[in-house]
Amino acid sequence: MTLSPRMFRSLLPAMSLSVILIAIFYLQPRTMSYFGLNLLLNLALPIAFATLAQMCIITVNDLDLGIGGFVGVVACIGATLLNDSPLLGVLALLGCIASYAALGALIHLRQLPSIVVTLGMSFFWLGLALMILPRPGGSAPQWLHAIMTFKTPYIPFTIIALSVVALLVHWMLKVSAYGTILRGAGGNPSSVERAGWSLLKTKVTMYALAGCFGVLAGLTLVGLTTSGDANIALRYTLLTIAGVILGGGEFVGGRISPIGAVLGAVTLTLTGSFLAFLHISPDWQIGAQGGILILVLALRAIINRAETR
Amino acid sequence: MSKNKKNIVTLTGVGKSFGAVKALQNVQLEISTGECIGLVGHNGAGKSTLMNILAGTLTPTKGEINVSQVAQDQLYNVAIAHQQGIRCVFQELSLCPNLTVTENTRVMHASLQGWGWRKKAGALIIDMLDEIFPGHGISIKALIDDLSLSQRQMVEIARAFSITDTQLRIVILDEPTSSLDAVVADQLLQHIRRFVSRGGACVLISHMLEEILSSCDRIVVMRDGTVVAEKNATDFNRDSLVAAMGSMAREYQHDANDDAASKRQGTALINCAPKLQHDEQQLRVYKGEIVGLAGLAGQGQTEMLVQLFSPQKSMAFVAGDRQSDGIFPLWSIAENITIGSMRNLLRKFLLDKNSAAALASHWQQKIAIRSPDLNHNILSLSGGNQQKALFARALASNAQTVLMDDPMRGVDIGTKQDVYDMIRAEADNGRTFLWYTTEFDELKHCDHVYVFRNGEIVADIPKTQMNEQRILQASFKASAA
Repeated sequence: MTLSPRMFRSLLPAMSLSVILIAIFYLQPRTMSYFGLNLLLNLALPIAFATLAQMCIITVNDLDLGIGGFVGVVACIGATLLNDSPLLGVLALLGCIASYAALGALIHLRQLPSIVVTLGMSFFWLGLALMILPRPGGSAPQWLHAIMTFKTPYIPFTIIALSVVALLVHWMLKVSAYGTILRGAGGNPSSVERAGWSLLKTKVTMYALAGCFGVLAGLTLVGLTTSGDANIALRYTLLTIAGVILGGGEFVGGRISPIGAVLGAVTLTLTGSFLAFLHISPDWQIGAQGGILILVLALRAIINRAETR
Repeated sequence: MSKNKKNIVTLTGVGKSFGAVKALQNVQLEISTGECIGLVGHNGAGKSTLMNILAGTLTPTKGEINVSQVAQDQLYNVAIAHQQGIRCVFQELSLCPNLTVTENTRVMHASLQGWGWRKKAGALIIDMLDEIFPGHGISIKALIDDLSLSQRQMVEIARAFSITDTQLRIVILDEPTSSLDAVVADQLLQHIRRFVSRGGACVLISHMLEEILSSCDRIVVMRDGTVVAEKNATDFNRDSLVAAMGSMAREYQHDANDDAASKRQGTALINCAPKLQHDEQQLRVYKGEIVGLAGLAGQGQTEMLVQLFSPQKSMAFVAGDRQSDGIFPLWSIAENITIGSMRNLLRKFLLDKNSAAALASHWQQKIAIRSPDLNHNILSLSGGNQQKALFARALASNAQTVLMDDPMRGVDIGTKQDVYDMIRAEADNGRTFLWYTTEFDELKHCDHVYVFRNGEIVADIPKTQMNEQRILQASFKASAA
């Protein structure tokens, strides 16, 4: 059986990840161990959660430019309120999710461009985070730190967590019955509406889901770093968009892949380590991530061309 | 026809207006079990609007909808229509291209959920496809994106006929055969007959009159938003159907103007054939003429205009869809008018603001754009006046030929009259107009009319021989021919 272009395209995220992993193993064989992988993939979990949040927004043809700021707010809440008065902390986090859902309702009802609304919100989130935690500091709750540094036998915790999350979201959006409606709302909104579904509900659901993943990203991040910082995740905004696209998603039309998005997030995380092993300054990291993105997208364009031929 | 027919839906006095435009007026329609109703009419007769109201996607501004003898209130919507077993295959394809055939079936049926929904949905759609279109060759796991146009249409039709927990009583098909070949179209028509004989009801909207005559029990003819004829299909034939669609009362009156010397002399300004033309027929346009491009909507008229358009040859274009192709929404009225004449308004390298303002106000008066100040935003104007500003843009330029792509869509009657007069005056001054219009009344202002069908010119009618009958006959030719 020959590999069809479509199959090849869906395997592309896994292939890009394999290439970069093999390169790292080649450069530094000691990373090919429990401890090494743990170190390498340490920061992949928060980025993967944030990427899934972005993917939820992209599914309904929107774009979230505020996710980095949002993750920062959650991290700051996690390092302060959640530790000092857990009940208040949980309420604050639930409020964050609710405000994301409200954002989705606002964007749908007023027919606003999501880019403008979420860009505005990014400043709001940053301001809020600075109000909660003016200076880097605070401390993460013990239990959170314990979860993030939990030692599972044989396979590092991060890898297990990433796989479980990827499969779960895959099931939610790609297998379940309502997930079909959610993706359909991105593919042809008027068709979904004509079949009697509420587009408001799909949008609110996706934004609320994005809020949940944003909260998980912030909590896992603060569990790793143990202290909070308002600016901790500003870089995430563009990184998550890149992760979704790298994972085989498209900006419009409800074409997304949760497993791909997680693989994309991991690939982008690993490029940092890859450059470190090459003894290239971290200053080049963002540029290198861009380079990888261009490479993969070029490959995808070539595959698409082969497909239409 | 079955004797024990039961009424399913009754529409009484239904009307629908979009702003000043009345799309439907006082329509009565009854649909009963076991019948197939054919709905025919020229463009803009209100067929699709009527079906959208029935399917719950549009709310009527007037009138009453009764489903199973129960009056529906203003809240009648798609979900209720679905519950009542009323489904619609819309003219533009309405499947989600990013989902598979199975998943699109799920979008239609809310009851397909829980464990194993995918299996149930797959079985449902493949059974229906096999029943209606044997030998369709469609995989239920295929993405809609990967299917051909006619396969998509087949999936959409099969999906509309598929049944889960809710009953299915009426299927509305809006131009379902437009992208199907003859064999597949015939399979569909046979299925419609089977469905109807089992007690279902169908509404078939089609431009293929043979289809309507052979498959329907009753035919409803619409014109200008009202029902003008309703008879058993056996009481119609092709000619009487076409006659019913046109209006005898509005038979064209030849006026003195027609006797003026024909402008068809000397060499033609434009001499060109549509890309899809099979024979020798050409589009000929002479200086100072108003040439109409007629026919049903979307038969290649716009493509013809785009093919002809070249600004280097001193041409201007008036777009039909003013929101997307016409106006600059952030600019003032004056800027929207003068953008076509920038070259003439230059003083050295800079724009001469005074002559630009003078040009704009000259055209404001000439074409009667109703606005206190031309520096107001273009969106402050009503739709008709926006369209006038677009005409002013074309006429203010020094273009000798003006191409118009159905420019009067949704414009009120007063504005239309102003514009018609001005076009005539400009044509007398030696300007040439090419005018695509879907309204017969506008063709009366043309010196020569070409009727388009399937991207080809099928009739070439000089003003003296033009009447509505002839244009309708040419627009609806037998599909088999």
